[in-house]
Formats: sequence, C-alpha cells, structure tokens
Amino acid sequence: MAMTRRLLFWLAFAAAAAPAGAQDRFITVASTTSTEQSGLFGFILPIFQKSTGIQVRVVALGTGQALDMARRGDADVVFVHDPAAERKFVSEGYGVGHRDVMYNDFVLIGPKRDPAKVAGGKDIAAALQKVQAAQAPFVSRGDKSGTHAAELRLWKEAGIDMPAQKGPWYRETGSGMGPALNTASSMNAYILADRGTWLSFKNRGDLGVVVEGDKRLFNQYGVMLVNPVKHPHVKKDLGQTFVDWVVSPHGQRAIAQYAIGGQQLFFPNAAP
Amino acid sequence: MDTLSLAFREAAGLIGRGDATLTAIVALSLQVSLSAVALASALGLPLGAWIAVHRFPGRQSLIVLLNALMGLPPVVVGLLVYLLLSRAGPLGPLGMLFTPTAMVVAQTILILPIVAALARQVVEDAWREYDEQLRSFGVRPFGASLTLLWDCRFSLATAVLAGFGRAAAEVGAVMIVGGNIDGVTRVMTTAIALETSKGDLPLALALGLVLVTLVLTVNAGAHVIREAARRRYG
Amino acid sequence: MKSPESLLPLTIDAVTFVAGGRVILDRISAEIASGPRTVILGPNGAGKSVLMRLAHGLLAPTSGAVRWQSLERRGERRRQAMVFQRPVVLRRSALDNVVYPLKVAGLARTECQRRAFAALERVGLARLADRPARVLSGGEQQRLALARAWALDPEVLFLDEPTANLDPGATREVEAVIAAIHASGTKIVMSTHNLGQARRLGDEVLLLNQGRLVERGPAETFFRQPATAEAAAFIKGELPWQ
Repeated sequence: MAMTRRLLFWLAFAAAAAPAGAQDRFITVASTTSTEQSGLFGFILPIFQKSTGIQVRVVALGTGQALDMARRGDADVVFVHDPAAERKFVSEGYGVGHRDVMYNDFVLIGPKRDPAKVAGGKDIAAALQKVQAAQAPFVSRGDKSGTHAAELRLWKEAGIDMPAQKGPWYRETGSGMGPALNTASSMNAYILADRGTWLSFKNRGDLGVVVEGDKRLFNQYGVMLVNPVKHPHVKKDLGQTFVDWVVSPHGQRAIAQYAIGGQQLFFPNAAP
Repeated sequence: MDTLSLAFREAAGLIGRGDATLTAIVALSLQVSLSAVALASALGLPLGAWIAVHRFPGRQSLIVLLNALMGLPPVVVGLLVYLLLSRAGPLGPLGMLFTPTAMVVAQTILILPIVAALARQVVEDAWREYDEQLRSFGVRPFGASLTLLWDCRFSLATAVLAGFGRAAAEVGAVMIVGGNIDGVTRVMTTAIALETSKGDLPLALALGLVLVTLVLTVNAGAHVIREAARRRYG
Repeated sequence: MKSPESLLPLTIDAVTFVAGGRVILDRISAEIASGPRTVILGPNGAGKSVLMRLAHGLLAPTSGAVRWQSLERRGERRRQAMVFQRPVVLRRSALDNVVYPLKVAGLARTECQRRAFAALERVGLARLADRPARVLSGGEQQRLALARAWALDPEVLFLDEPTANLDPGATREVEAVIAAIHASGTKIVMSTHNLGQARRLGDEVLLLNQGRLVERGPAETFFRQPATAEAAAFIKGELPWQ
C-alpha cells in the first residue's frame, strides 16, 4: 500500500516536471491582453518559431502589470501599448532597445440606443463630455493597462479629471479588456476599447462602434528587451532576436497580414 | 438558454472530434491536479494522522489553524507562490515561474490543508476506537498512525477526492503562477477564463462542461474502486 | 514455553485510581500468582475494567504501583495480552488481523503467517481466514481477538468481560477457547459480572465492589461459603444499587 502510493507520487511528479524542461530555446514575453486576445500572437508567433526555432511564451496581463512583472525580472521582453509608461520603464533602467512596432486605434463602443447621442461622431473629447453630461453608464478597465491609461488621457482632453470626477455612472471593473467588454455588454454601457480586441470579441449584445477616427485615438505598441544589466538571467540573445524580428520586414509583414473577417487589426509602423 | 444549448453542441463537437488543443489542455489539467493531489496526500495524510495520534502543547490551536486553512483563497495562494518564485523573490534562481511545476506547487499548498485536516478528523475518530487495542499490542504512536491511515483508507479516499475537486476547479492560483501561456501552462480553468474574457461564452461553457465531465469521471471511477474494495475488505 | 524468569506473580500494591474527581479504585492490594484462573467479579461500576487496564498497563495508577516480577517487555514483545469487551478488528482479512500484532512484535514474515494460521485453527476460524474481519459475527470477532492474543504466546492473558455482548451460543464457544488457552499454559485473568460464568471458569475469585476489594478466595469456597456479608449479598443478587 505504502509502496504503491510512493510509486504513484514519483510518477506523477516526474510527469509534471517533464514539460518544464522540455523546451530550452524559449523566451518569456510580458504582453497585454489586447495582443493575445485579438489573436495576433496566435498568428505571428508560429511564423517566428518556424523561422528561428525559438518558442515564445506569452504571459498576457495589463500593460501596468506586464511592466511590473518585467521590473521583477520575470520576463525577457515586454510588448505593450502605453508610450508614457514605456518611457518611464526605460528611464528607470529596466528596459533597453525600445522600438515602435505597430499601431491600431481605440474606438468608443456604445449601446444601440445611444443615450448620450454620440454615434457617428469623430471627436472623442466631445463625445466623452456628452457621456458625462448624460450620466450614461460607462465602463472603465481601471487596471493600469495601456487602454486604461489612454482612456484617462482622453478624459483629460475632454477637460474632465477622471476618476476624481466620477459618478455612479462610471464603473471601474479593474479587469482586462474582455471582461470589461462583457460587463459593458450586459450593462449596455459605453466603453473605450482597442479595435483589435473589439473585432475578435464575440459577446457584443447591443453594443457597436459609436465614435472612431479621431487622431487622438491612435494606439501605439512598443517592444523592448528587459535590461540584462539589471537582470542577468534575462535571455538577451534570444530576446533580442525576437525584438529584431518583430520590427524586421518579415515580422512587420506578418503583423499586417493578420486580419479578422478581412479586416486588418494592427498596422506595422516600425522605423527601419 | 440559447447559449447553453450552443455550449452543449460545441462541447460534444470538441470531444467528438478529439480536438488537439482541447486534448492537450485536458492532459495538462489532469497532470497538474493529479500531481498536486499525490504530493498533498503524501504529505498531508501522514501529517493529519500524526496530529490525530500525538498530544503536544498547542495541538488544539494547530487543529483550528489547519481547519481554517481549508478555506485558503486560491488567488492568495497564487500570489504568495508567485512572490516566492518570481526572479525578484527568494526562489527566483530556480526559474520555476510560469511552468507546470509552479502550478503543481501552488495547488499542493492549496489542498494540503484539506487533506491533512480531513485525515486528522478521520484518524482521530478511529483512534478513539482503536486506541486501547493498539496500545495493548505495544504499537508506538507512529506505527499506530500508519495502521490507522490504512484502516481508514475508504474515508481518506473521500478526503483525497475532495482535494482533487478543489485543485481541478480552481483558477486563481494556476492563473497567477502559470501565466496561462498558450501551449505551456494553459489548463481547463484558465482556458475557460480566457474564452469568457474574449466574449466567447459558448466555447467557455463548452470547456466548462468538459471539465465537469472530467471531474465526474474521476469521482465515478474512484467510487467504483472504493465500493469493490469495500466489498472485499469490509 | 515459559521463560525461567516468569512475569508472575503480579503485585498490585495499594493502587488507587481517581478520575474526574471520583475515586474509582480505593487502595486495592493483591498478588496474582501463576496457575489458577483468576476471575475478577463484581457488579457494573465496581471498577473491574479499570483494574484490568491498570494491571495490563493501559492506565497509570493515581497512587500505588503495579509490579511484575520480571521485565514485562522484551524489546518489542509484550509478554501479556488483553482481550476487550468489544473486539477491535482491523479492516483486513481475519488472518491478517492475527498477523498484525505478530509483525509489531518483530517476528519474521513466515513465522507470523504460520502462527496466525495455527491460532485461527485452534479457535475454529481457519475456514474464515481470508474473510474480511469486519463482516464476521460478534462471536467470531471475539474468537478472532482471542486467536490474536493467543498467537502472541503471552504468559498472562487479561480478558475484560469478553462475553458481555454475546449470545449464549457464542459465549459458550468463547469460553471453550479460554479454557483451551488456559490448558496451553497461559495465566488467565478475567473480569465478569456474570455469576454463572465465574462459577464455570473461575479457580479463584476476587470480588470488587465500589472500588474496594471485598473478598478473595478459591472459587469453591467463595461460592459455597462467602466470608463477607457483601459477598453473600452479591451472590444472592441482592447487592444494593450503586
């Protein structure tokens, strides 16, 4: 009895330990939920792996969380979309070799019945002012993500100091884009989302795009290596290979090719 | 209701065509949770039996603590293990973060109190019955705890199953220490969380149905084995 | 079979046992020698079970001492055994139940199996050797407990009201086994509240009442001509309620 149990335990442990050591050429990339959930990584990473043999393990969190994780040294590369936070990250000495990779845009999503009467508009600041005036339900991610940071920037552009000036109509979920969209869908609320996640989001309910095209809705993604001086264990050669590939013509083409329903999600704009 | 019927159909489809991704996720889920259960039992059953049979100062407080730890929130365990295994943490050099091993560690910590607390209760109840006879034979407390563990094996099997159920169902711990990495640390519960957040509710529900079926199957299998053994050994 | 240094006589020296504020045994002194079957008689609540457990070593006296003549324990081996009112059987086969204490005592595996099977044969349970012990009847389980104790080849066997829970048929079978154990050279010390059983099985009688040793003597004398009024009242069934 005791023997059988011991045997089972070792078998189970061995089985669990096996996958961990299976792949030696891999890097850990801290990224955002928008890049993973839109399906972009599912598309471009196999191309990268085929070309270099390096497995990319993506841990998808919000931008704030991703950068914090990298500060702790738990990632080799970061791939996020909050230029201000990225600059801070580099100036703190945690990131090196920052490159712009691609952009997409944010869109204001809202319910069909549009209580704030913003549909079809091209001015995001004006639209946000109308939402606040109408006290229409608005869902915010509230999670220090790139999208959240952008949202707060846009409120500022509209002359509103969020979340200081929030009311009961402003709902902070503290969650990723998907769960926030789920909440907005069930509440019939307005929400700022990146187009990539919106295009691949399936639980739309009565929601649709109400405002788009404003230049201020531009959403820039950047990539960089975690500083190997701060964290010597960082896989700097493999990581740099990934960074270089993503901004290379090959990588940029792969990004441009990714589409949902014929619509391109991300637009490569790496400087040559 | 519409989503539900869609989910049932999707679940049947996934299982029926033996979807490769699903199979991999199911295999990893079983690997992680069963390993955690094995480890937690190997540690927790003797621990529970030891506490049941020995008397020492602070014993009552330890029992209360053990019982309370059964309700440890998975996300808290995940956070603590993450801080331990993070490169910035004490066990960072092991490089165990975001691997199935880290998930096994987190789940083992999560279910160890369950197995130990239930084992203690079962063995202590039995000890009251067996105490005098075993001492009459001159059995030492350590030997007594082993004998009781084996004699109470049917009740203890239920404790182990309770641990497995908890491990297989939790998402908080494995999400944080595993990172839900596609193809590496994605298990059923984190996959369900992902599909939910992508808004693909039918798929999420379908995966949920698969998970529930899995846990049911394990429990049914254990029940059959237990009943057969019970008939043989009383 | 018996070592040159016998365990007996067992000296019970002014033993008092207090529990929960109550005096359960009050300065009991007696010497138990080898040979005759000793019966500890008395009504319920007299303290018989506690006295048995003190003698066997399961309890420690509050004051006084229990002394054997030589070392009661040789390594892992105990030289005395006890059978309780309710037999405690493990969740395994009858044979494995008898093997268990032999293994604890450190015997080799083959020796354990041999002795266990022989013991089962002697108590008439050989055909039930592979049956799960827990499904046996009360009488069969008690005989199993006796086989288990017998297999240890103890010098002294304590029995605490071994047939109190059994029907007359099972009682007869158990008493037959006890007689056989006695015939094989083991000293029998048995407690009971049953006069008939005491008459059948006792060679000498110790009467306990309310924690005191009331009277002691050879069985024949005790039953025919009790020395104390208390003993006489007990035999007639007229002992006052506790």
